[in-house]
Amino acid sequence: MTQVQSQEQVTTRSASKVGLLAPIVLIVVLALLPLLNVSVPGLLPGPTYTPGTLQLLALAMLMASLALSYHLLLGVAGLLSFGHALYFGAGVYGLGVVLEQWEIPLAPAMLVVFVGCVLLATALGAVSLRVTGIPFAMVTLAFAQAGSVLARRDPGALTGGEEGLSLNTGPVPDFLVSVSNTRNLYWLALVTVIVTYLVVRWVQSSRAGHVAEATRENELRVRVLGMSPYRVKLVIFVAAGSIAGAVGMVYLLLQSSAVPTVVSADFTISLLLMVVLGGVGSRWGAVAGAVIYTLLNQRLSTLASSDFVQGLPEIVQLPLSEPLFILGTLFVLVVLFLPGGIAGTTAALRTRYLNGRKTSEGE
Amino acid sequence: MSTVILLFATGLGLGAIYFLVASGLSLIYGLMGVLNFAHGVFLSLGAFLGWEVAQMIGSNTWAGFATSLVVGALAGAVFAAVTERFIVQRLYNRHIEQVLVTVGLALAAVALFDGIWGTDPEFIRGPQWLAQTTNIAGASIPNDVFVTISAALAVLLSIVLFLKKTRFGMVIRAGVENRSMVMALGIDVRTAFTLVFTIGGAAAGLGGVLASHYFGYVSPLLGQTLLLYAFIVTVIGGLGSLLGAAIASVLVALMQQFANFYLDGTGDFAVVVLLALVLLTKPSGLLGRRQV
Amino acid sequence: MTTHDDQGSTAHSPAILTVAGLSAHINGQQVVEQVDLEVPATGVTALLGRNGVGKTSTIKAIMGLIERSGTVTLAGQETEGLPTYKVARLGVGYVPEDREVFAGLTVAENLKIAERAGGGHHYDLVYDLFPELYERADQAAGTLSGGQQQMVALARALLNDNKVLLVDEPTKGLAPRLVSDVTAALAKAAELVPVLLVEQNLTVVRDVAQGAVVLSGGRTVHTGGALALLRDPETTQRYLGVSTGGAANPKEADA
Repeated sequence: MTQVQSQEQVTTRSASKVGLLAPIVLIVVLALLPLLNVSVPGLLPGPTYTPGTLQLLALAMLMASLALSYHLLLGVAGLLSFGHALYFGAGVYGLGVVLEQWEIPLAPAMLVVFVGCVLLATALGAVSLRVTGIPFAMVTLAFAQAGSVLARRDPGALTGGEEGLSLNTGPVPDFLVSVSNTRNLYWLALVTVIVTYLVVRWVQSSRAGHVAEATRENELRVRVLGMSPYRVKLVIFVAAGSIAGAVGMVYLLLQSSAVPTVVSADFTISLLLMVVLGGVGSRWGAVAGAVIYTLLNQRLSTLASSDFVQGLPEIVQLPLSEPLFILGTLFVLVVLFLPGGIAGTTAALRTRYLNGRKTSEGE
Repeated sequence: MSTVILLFATGLGLGAIYFLVASGLSLIYGLMGVLNFAHGVFLSLGAFLGWEVAQMIGSNTWAGFATSLVVGALAGAVFAAVTERFIVQRLYNRHIEQVLVTVGLALAAVALFDGIWGTDPEFIRGPQWLAQTTNIAGASIPNDVFVTISAALAVLLSIVLFLKKTRFGMVIRAGVENRSMVMALGIDVRTAFTLVFTIGGAAAGLGGVLASHYFGYVSPLLGQTLLLYAFIVTVIGGLGSLLGAAIASVLVALMQQFANFYLDGTGDFAVVVLLALVLLTKPSGLLGRRQV
Repeated sequence: MTTHDDQGSTAHSPAILTVAGLSAHINGQQVVEQVDLEVPATGVTALLGRNGVGKTSTIKAIMGLIERSGTVTLAGQETEGLPTYKVARLGVGYVPEDREVFAGLTVAENLKIAERAGGGHHYDLVYDLFPELYERADQAAGTLSGGQQQMVALARALLNDNKVLLVDEPTKGLAPRLVSDVTAALAKAAELVPVLLVEQNLTVVRDVAQGAVVLSGGRTVHTGGALALLRDPETTQRYLGVSTGGAANPKEADA
């Protein structure tokens, strides 16, 4: 018993040292990347200063922000939502439509859209949370589907239908426009992911976050304590939806167009994949899952058309040519065999490593 | 008037397809608490293999059509049984993880179908008669609608008979109500799990072949699209209720058809509004017994 | 009344069900901490205690319906790690709290589904004890009264050759007349198969039980004869929260 405790102390002590230093080093390195000439063949399409690579990395960081907001739902409140893309899409399309129709400056436009996202998440969350568990999953899916249909139908020629909506760059400050300024967008994405991480951490440590976690474990007990699980879950739901909306606006600036896929159920499912791959309940797991998913998704397409795969017999080549087949299979395997995802497995490996070191020292 | 009859008939046909998907979903959810995202894949596989076989025998012959129905149902049943036995059952009673594996499976399978059959819809045709119409009170009703409705009714009847008249059926009905009491009576309820997946998969596979004739094409996303409506249908009908699924299938499909025609293509919204209304007034659905 | 004392001596016969160091969890929360009990091969053993001390959870843990640790031995066989249906097949009849009849199934179907393979099915006994069930065979069980549903629940357990019955609060919420019917049925059943009975109504306990096990806070705190316990006002007051100078009041219990 005492040995277990001392190991935990060792783990936490080393973790806290790493916990302060590692993120700062990581942030500094990430911030400097656009100024450096680093190549990672196979993983990145080119040297780190090139717009293509910066675009991919910025996308990965925005996906990490979104995965963090999804982590609030699934990892903190235990809510399995299939409609999170709706709030992201509301941010993407909302900003696109407001800039296109009203031509107001970027800052007030973003404020208006953000308020809209908060209201949307509040209204739909209030209805969806009337049911829990699997029915909740189905209902969120249905609402998101309505949003997806709305985007595709192009009501009042606002959303551009299947083609999507291009960003009206008029009201956008010059330093955020054009390929030559991709590094600015990259830095914006980096700030987004850092801010999101801090906000999510703050929400988790707030009273609502604690109660939500307690609700996930034991709803009855929370009710006995005189707190309404419904209201707490709604707070988390709205927080997650609002973050997603905010990230959506940055996404529009980065991609400079809004397309219907950002509201689709498949988009939410990809968020689910990221969080589960990373490890449900872990913040940095969500970030890692999102980055790995985004890079894999991008690079697996390149792998599919590579000479190596094209040279394989058809029965092997066919599945390898479909990135989503590989990701889907990987996901099934993770759920079946690595329930803790990347974060859980790393933690287990570290514990084993520390245990091993402990016993070898003892001998 | 003839428009109303036409919309009514095609709405019933669409409802029949929804029911073929939703019946299995609802039974699986009712018995096991699993939301099966792979159900649409059972449908797509049924549709594709049915079409492959129909082409081999002759796509415009009745023999080809009949064989495609059988092959579609078999393909769905086998795929579903294997899914349950080797993937879902490993995660016994862990409902969220069970949903997650079906999500992953659906993703992988759709991608695989993309690779095999291509992403574009493949237009198909059956026996000549199916594409023709029959005049009922001035409305020209496509003949495939009658086949689809009859097939759905036959499936409904068979499932009801199976549930009422066999011991397995009795175990399934009891398990939908109270799974742990069934186990406490000494019954290995996992056999029933595999069985409902198989039945649901067969209905979905059959639905896939019929849907491909109703819409006139097969595509890897056919099942996923129908799955969304089937989810809505099962929630509205009451999770776990077969009859509820039947009623809600027809309700949702008719509403969609009429709203699409008379309210400027707003069918999908009408359905979501209906869903929200049902949830606000009766969260357990039309015929749902209890909130799980 | 004296016959009870005689039957009380059967507590010396070898145990059919032995529970040792049982603990159990529901959703990670400990509901049973340390329960030890023995059910002799004949008669009724009462499992007593205030509300929420873990009586129902103990029964569920024995059935393998909730996560548990500790040993549960049935007729010499350890049931550790067995799924619920295998525990039942060893010869355990379970009559749950709140009856849990299948509301959508008919009375006949409720009995039919309880038929276990590899043994006789004692419809004679069941219909002899509860003739009403025969008359109402085709009625949906959900439309029965509480008392009738209790009969279905007991009948499901009596239908098979069981080694022990686990009966959880069979008189809960029943009218006084029905309480005596159920008590009579329990006494009759106990002549054929040993019973572990959770019961809040101490009159019923006095009438049918020989042994008694008292739980408090998820632990076994007292084991002995049922009558001796009920005659001990201090213990009953402390662990059962009732003063039993003489007759205990039939008490409506809520879980």
